[in-house]
Amino acid sequence: MILGLTMMYLGLVVLLPLSTAILKGATLDGSAFWAAVASPRAIASYKLTFGAAFLAAALNAVMGLLVAWVLVRIPFPGRRLVDALVDLPFALPTAVAGIALAQLYAPDGWIGRFLAPLGIQVAYQPAGVFVALVFIGLPFVVRTLQPVLEELDPALEESAICLGASRGVTFAKVIFPALAPALLTGFAMAFARGLGEYGSVIFIAGNLPMKSEIASLLIVTRLEQYDYAGAAALATVLLSMSFIMLLVINSLQSWSRSRYANR
Amino acid sequence: MPIADTSRLPSIREPRPIRFLLVAGTLLYLGAFIFLPLVQVLVMALSKGWKVYAAAIVEPDALSAIWLTLGVAAVTVPLNTVFGVALAWAIAKNPCRGRRLIATLVDLPFSVSPVIAGLLFVLLFGRQGWFQPWLEQHDIHVIFAFPGLVLATLFVTSPFVARELIPLMESQGHEEEDAARLLGASGWRTFWSVTLPNIKWGLIYGVILCNARAMGEFGAVSVVSGHIRGRTNTLPLHVEALFNEYNFAAANAVASLLACLALVTLVVRAAAEWRVRQQRAAAERNRDEH
Repeated sequence: MILGLTMMYLGLVVLLPLSTAILKGATLDGSAFWAAVASPRAIASYKLTFGAAFLAAALNAVMGLLVAWVLVRIPFPGRRLVDALVDLPFALPTAVAGIALAQLYAPDGWIGRFLAPLGIQVAYQPAGVFVALVFIGLPFVVRTLQPVLEELDPALEESAICLGASRGVTFAKVIFPALAPALLTGFAMAFARGLGEYGSVIFIAGNLPMKSEIASLLIVTRLEQYDYAGAAALATVLLSMSFIMLLVINSLQSWSRSRYANR
Repeated sequence: MPIADTSRLPSIREPRPIRFLLVAGTLLYLGAFIFLPLVQVLVMALSKGWKVYAAAIVEPDALSAIWLTLGVAAVTVPLNTVFGVALAWAIAKNPCRGRRLIATLVDLPFSVSPVIAGLLFVLLFGRQGWFQPWLEQHDIHVIFAFPGLVLATLFVTSPFVARELIPLMESQGHEEEDAARLLGASGWRTFWSVTLPNIKWGLIYGVILCNARAMGEFGAVSVVSGHIRGRTNTLPLHVEALFNEYNFAAANAVASLLACLALVTLVVRAAAEWRVRQQRAAAERNRDEH
């Protein structure tokens, strides 16, 4: 009975609202739907959203591996504090992150003033979207890798080294293959989060149509113009991407589960 | 967090200079991308002195935003806590088919953009929404009012408690509950004196995360709020309004309240995580003994 009640709650709070968006998107006829989701402005926003989310997730995959490695393998003073602070992007409200990043990277900001003489402008540019998504995505990679690194059997590395492998070869042939599923999962999670991120991005992005406008912002713009059908159509596109990513992440997770269970 | 004991195995440790470089690289990256934004907000909040800071927070619109945020959290967090515990209990203690599917459904709100979460409720209850005629007849306002804020927040925060408890309860199994029932305890009694103490820290951890998100949610709430100052602006929306007016000192001051909430969340999280690890280890030891 408790299962039934909780499923009812889940249905009311989550599933019912979700199905309405899909139905609402479906009420548009084909050509109107297509016009809403394939307008040049929408295409530009997809390109920016996907591109920035992909690049940010890629950077986080590399740096997240480094961070996780250091936090698990190398003791240093303050390690527990640093470890706790890695979760900051999870805990800090996105609006707070957004205004902080916008101020940091503004031409007269703490970081921006060093970039400005080099001719690099981040705030109010597409690069700002990337910076915000880097902030948001890091914990996904680190927290997925950490438990796997902790479980990694040192005997494997030792035997590789005893058998004459260099450290580089050991990393490439022993450690990296063991970490790969978790690394890919973390990458996919950071990417998926980046696709839908809104709060931290809009403060720093500048939000110029065709140039620095992300897909979720375009949805909000359509809503503010009372173009509900257009907003729902765009939402259907983003939702289907999210579901594809969810499937990808789930299969990656079961892949890594089977991988780690076999050893 | 336990660390692999590599001290006895010099062969797989990096040489000292390399270790130093790795730590330096990590701290630099985290410093620039993660910690600096937090410091920025706290410093800018106090850049014009305590008086300006205090004035920005006790100003009526800010106070009403604080009350509204607390109100939304006061409704959503308890509801989602009860839901989370019940769901985790139902999945973990009565293994049934399709539990993977249910667990995925529970996580759905995490993979939906917050803006879309807000949009869903506008489509249901907004001007052209399905329930609009009925709501109008009964003079009920959902969108651009408190109920809309609550619904959007409920949607976004629903997974936190459940996803924290499901793995914890699954790892604990149901032997202790079976023993309590066998000894004649009622279902409620078993829950209160066996299940609940076992999941206490995981529960606290889930609730604190749920609360942090409920108070800090921006995208979903921004779509359904209507941005009426002093009426439907929550704290994050108030920060946005101040920032867009170039009132940076006040925006940072209000933001610093949320930043402190995030820090408290991290401290409780670290403490709870440590306890959860201990409990899981104890549960596994128990199971190994049997």
